[in-house]
Amino acid sequence: MGRLSRRVDSTIMASNYEFDDAPANYDDVQRQGGQDTVYDPNFVPDSVKSFVVHMYRHIREKNVYEIHQMCETSFQTLSERLFKDTPWPSVEAIAPFVDNDHVFCLLYREMWFRHLYARLSPTLKQRIDSYDNYCSLFQVVLHGVVNMQLPNQWLWDMVDEFVYQFQSFCQYRAKMKNKTEQEIALLKQNEKAWNVYGVLNFLQALVEKSTIIQILEQEKEGLEQFTATDGYDYSGGSNVLKVLAISPERKFSRCDTFDRYVDAVREFNKILLYIYKTKQYHQKSPQYEQLLKKNEQMYALLAVCLSLCPQTKLVDESVNSQLREKYGEKTLRMQRYDDEAFGIYDELFSYACPKFITPSAPSFEEPLVNYNQLLTFLTRTSQDAYRLQLKMFLYEVKQQQLLSGVRTFLKVYSSISLAKLANYMEVDEPTLRTILLTYKHKTHSVDSDGRIISNADIDFYINNDMIYVVESKPAKHYGDFFLRQIAKLEGVINDMDRVKLE
Amino acid sequence: EMGKEIQSPEEQSSYTVEQLVAVNPFNPELLPDLENYVNEQVTSQTYSLDANLCLLRLYQFEPERMNTHIVARILIKALMAMPTPDFSLCLFLIPERVQMEEQFKALIVLSHYLETGRFQQFWDEAAKNRHILEAVPGFEQAIQVYASHLLSLSYQKVPRSVLAEAVNMDGASLDKFVEHQVTNSGWIVEKEDGSIVLPQTEFNHPELKKNTGENVPLEHIARIFPILG
Repeated sequence: MGRLSRRVDSTIMASNYEFDDAPANYDDVQRQGGQDTVYDPNFVPDSVKSFVVHMYRHIREKNVYEIHQMCETSFQTLSERLFKDTPWPSVEAIAPFVDNDHVFCLLYREMWFRHLYARLSPTLKQRIDSYDNYCSLFQVVLHGVVNMQLPNQWLWDMVDEFVYQFQSFCQYRAKMKNKTEQEIALLKQNEKAWNVYGVLNFLQALVEKSTIIQILEQEKEGLEQFTATDGYDYSGGSNVLKVLAISPERKFSRCDTFDRYVDAVREFNKILLYIYKTKQYHQKSPQYEQLLKKNEQMYALLAVCLSLCPQTKLVDESVNSQLREKYGEKTLRMQRYDDEAFGIYDELFSYACPKFITPSAPSFEEPLVNYNQLLTFLTRTSQDAYRLQLKMFLYEVKQQQLLSGVRTFLKVYSSISLAKLANYMEVDEPTLRTILLTYKHKTHSVDSDGRIISNADIDFYINNDMIYVVESKPAKHYGDFFLRQIAKLEGVINDMDRVKLE
Repeated sequence: EMGKEIQSPEEQSSYTVEQLVAVNPFNPELLPDLENYVNEQVTSQTYSLDANLCLLRLYQFEPERMNTHIVARILIKALMAMPTPDFSLCLFLIPERVQMEEQFKALIVLSHYLETGRFQQFWDEAAKNRHILEAVPGFEQAIQVYASHLLSLSYQKVPRSVLAEAVNMDGASLDKFVEHQVTNSGWIVEKEDGSIVLPQTEFNHPELKKNTGENVPLEHIARIFPILG
């Protein structure tokens, strides 16, 4: 059904599709799906039609799990089968099947470009168009009334891809010598495309708006945590971790309490579990090495967090056993809080902490700008900032040391006079009062609405000179658990219904 | 949209800055506006963390334009926002070599004392740095609010001397302060020993904690209406 076509129309996907080393004759271009054809952007195989129709329906019906499956599995399968070396059909070709829905088309185009970057080499025009598509898409996500709910994985894949395409663009632009005059002109006309300030703006806005922040907040309130098996996993590759590095002050310093470490432990557990389960599938990915390195670094950080804030129930057994293997001995030594312990904290933190760069270095006007310079611009690293991080971190560790002493005593007494406790802790009373105030400060954070939230498992109050200890039991949130199980069951029943009809 | 109501010129420009920051935070052209906005926050005793973080980030990209006076004011405002972690958030964006300057070292020390509830040391140090701090009106009062907050989390009843040290007041001025809190914040003065009974909250009265109840937001339940229906 397809045809040799050298269209000159304005459809970007048709007229600009080409290989970087494109042979002069389009006839020599690869075959599509076994047929003796070349790429026709308007040809929509039935399986693709079915794919977009279903995807569109799932998005409208907010079947997050199904959307996730289609992204992860169906899209990849179809790409492998039908579009090994060609782009997917143009968005104009599939639009009629999805009511010409504007947002769906933006999402489809995003996937279209992602596929292009993965399998083929984008032209300059395509790079620019992809950036424009991201602009439109992010505008919708950030400011529009988005009547849909997308899987976190997809959102993070998009951000990941966005960052990757930015890096790719920087690399591309750096190689100025083999640019045609046309290309140089096009670059000059489109200075905003992949402009670093624009990119950073979007990333900043997305990280703030993303459900990751929401999830962290939800978890703070003790709601059931999502696990990788539900398809709600939000772990990302190294690019996403770089994104997180842009706003680490938000993420990791938002509350100066135990809570921060508990959050971190939960998050590391999820990510490490996800990597553990899916490592084999990523082996072909160009980022596999980086992924392995990140994996090791995260174990180091997890060890640090658990030493500062021991938690037994938050870490999966498979993660725990790996942790024991890698850092069992060091964990024990860190918990002693002596000089050697600080040495280990220093060592692990230096090894594992995301590298931050002060972004004020390179000039982007120079065509021979180095790819690494731009990468560092994005991820913010410098000797300065790193030392600062380390200093702040070790300061934090010292605070925890102080407080861990108090907790030990609070666990043992139901009430105790200030004088007696001061005696046991070998400090004077005024100092003890300040320690107790510190404990309260560290275990109570302020949320975005200005409400105070307690994260203390052991708490107390003071009546003049007497301390009364309060133990809090973690709240069990059955309601949310049941809601999710109901929704899941409904999903299963729907699946079964579909089977019957087919 | 801007002409909704008659706003004073100051209000109008701050409205615009906040909007611009929300839409396009990495815009170097905003730098002068953001700097003006900091001064505005100081004089009008208002505060915007987002705008200030935005400015600090821009300073990172263009360090030759960094104005350390403005940065100091941002940090002081952040201190005044305790118990929120604004000070750390801001500090993270300030290069270490800048932090080594005297005024910043002093502010960091002050922050440390506040983080560890060491009010006596704090006020001593603050007195030594009056020349830096008096540039920002409302500083003392803000710290006194924080001190009261921290005491209220920790004490059901607090000795007068502890309160006095925390808010850096004594005698008649302390009486006046306490009276004001009695009227407006539900404090009670214990007649026998002058200790202060602080308002009852779940933080200093565990029996008030809503532990067993579970709040499930309506929108979560609404998601399964189609299933139940």
